[in-house]
Amino acid sequence: MTCIEAHGLRKTFGATIALDGINLRVEEGRILGLIGPNGAGKTTALNAILGLTPYQGQLNVLGRNPWTERDQLMRDVCFIADVAVLPRWMRVSQTLDYVAGVHPRFDRAKAEGFLAKTTIGRASRIRELSKGMVTQLHLALIMAIDARLLVLDEPTLGLDILYRKQFYDSLLNDYFDRSRTIVVTTHQVEEIQHVLTDVMFINRGRIVFDSSIEQLESRYLELAVGPEQLAAARALKPINERAVFGRHILLFDHADRQQLAALGDVHTPSIADLFVAVITNQARQASSQTAGAAR
Amino acid sequence: MNTQSNAIPEFPLESHAIAPAVIPASRRLYWSVRRELWESRSIYIAPLAVAALILLGFLISAVHLPSKLRAASALSPMQQHELIQQPYNFAALLIMGTTFLVSIFYCLEALHGERRDRSILFWKSLPVSDLTAVLAKASIPLVVLPLLTFAITVVTQWIMLLLSTAILLGRGMNVATLWTHVSLFQMSLMLLYHLITIHAIWYAPIYCWLLLVSGWARRAAFLWAVLPLLAIGIVEKIAFNTSHFGAMLQHRLEGGPEGVAFSAGNMSMDPWTQLTPGQFMVSPGLWIGLVVAAACLAAAVRLRRYQGSI
Repeated sequence: MTCIEAHGLRKTFGATIALDGINLRVEEGRILGLIGPNGAGKTTALNAILGLTPYQGQLNVLGRNPWTERDQLMRDVCFIADVAVLPRWMRVSQTLDYVAGVHPRFDRAKAEGFLAKTTIGRASRIRELSKGMVTQLHLALIMAIDARLLVLDEPTLGLDILYRKQFYDSLLNDYFDRSRTIVVTTHQVEEIQHVLTDVMFINRGRIVFDSSIEQLESRYLELAVGPEQLAAARALKPINERAVFGRHILLFDHADRQQLAALGDVHTPSIADLFVAVITNQARQASSQTAGAAR
Repeated sequence: MNTQSNAIPEFPLESHAIAPAVIPASRRLYWSVRRELWESRSIYIAPLAVAALILLGFLISAVHLPSKLRAASALSPMQQHELIQQPYNFAALLIMGTTFLVSIFYCLEALHGERRDRSILFWKSLPVSDLTAVLAKASIPLVVLPLLTFAITVVTQWIMLLLSTAILLGRGMNVATLWTHVSLFQMSLMLLYHLITIHAIWYAPIYCWLLLVSGWARRAAFLWAVLPLLAIGIVEKIAFNTSHFGAMLQHRLEGGPEGVAFSAGNMSMDPWTQLTPGQFMVSPGLWIGLVVAAACLAAAVRLRRYQGSI
């Protein structure tokens, strides 16, 4: 079943185009990483999906229109917008009481169970907790909700590596069960690479790359060669090239693995490297186009 | 045979699907109101603190109560009534004034604070509509605070009366004069009438306007609430050399027809005769005010839909 479907999703702030007619489709049971540079439109896209901002175009989340039916949608959708949105004046026990009071799918015992594994006291106010503990609390609240879609917008921003790792581990082990869908944006792409089933790159309000991880791994190859093999490798038309410690790393799309292996070490590129390659290629194309137009 | 074996495993599945029942709107509203009380504890702490101060002051002044009563016996019944009842009315006035101030500051903060500390993103991640959230906030000055004021005032007045009685009895004096002039039951009814008509209904447009401004202003909500009204008054004065707008605001703050009646009736022997509920119900000011209040609330609900953090 389709979880999120958008056609020509568009959003402008004055003269700035935040989303430039996005089409996307996210099937149920996927873990999608939405990756893009700052100001690419990630948060705007998520806000539209969550019914936090009006938009132009068609958007359907779990069969609902998010802008007109936000409150009903939130029975099936959870989100962590940022690490610091839990009200600072609230006590931990009050957050549990409140969510249990208003959310039909919240399992309080489950949340208490998650909290029992942490050092968070029930009577503490949220302003007394460390940033990592606030995230743990928010995650405990979210994971105790039997939702169908979970949206995470930079959920681990400003957390140290231990908390970040713990966050994604518990998300995968205690929450994800193949019937839920997770959409996550982050700058720490390397850390979530093994978590994702799908990846989408967004740049300047457009989706510039969309692939499942299996597809990506079979399609793209990275070749590391010494200077002596560089000319031969370049002849195979890499889509990107960079130099690291005197060796050249070339990225290939749809290349023959055997052929590449003869020239040097072949491995699967990381999402981060692929992202840099896609975005820089796009920028180069755009500038050559404008240069061509100027001429 | 076949149907039976099919029916059995379906049962737990079905009950599982039904178990997370829909939470009724009233329950969401109830928790939203409780949430407001958790956040703004001044709603009950401020009037309770004032009540405590009143009782402390009254206790100290009660030392002079026997001599005061003895002196009062020389006065006319009307003057006696005024003198004896005065501290009770004063207590009610102080507590009402406190909760009025609390209401104003609460309204200015209600839709502003959640945007400033970004917690609006958390509230919006829960299945509570903007209508429920705004109604919960509006119910604080319109329902919760008037009822709270009533309860705290009545309890305070009873404690005052019992304290006075204990002191007089301790001195071996007659308490009949005190009890005939302090008719707490009648005073409580008057107070309830006053709170409902003036503080809840007549002041509704003031609170709802403040809520709207708090949902709209990015900063300095108080200035945005007051300056536009001042500007209208000034423009009117300069352009037409009239001050209808200012007079209208004054009329609103004074409590309209019932507000005037109440302050006049408060001190008289038979305050009920001063009240004109019929006239109040048909006064255009009441209905215009309610329409303004509803419009402000509707605008605040709509505004909250569009807004994220500031």
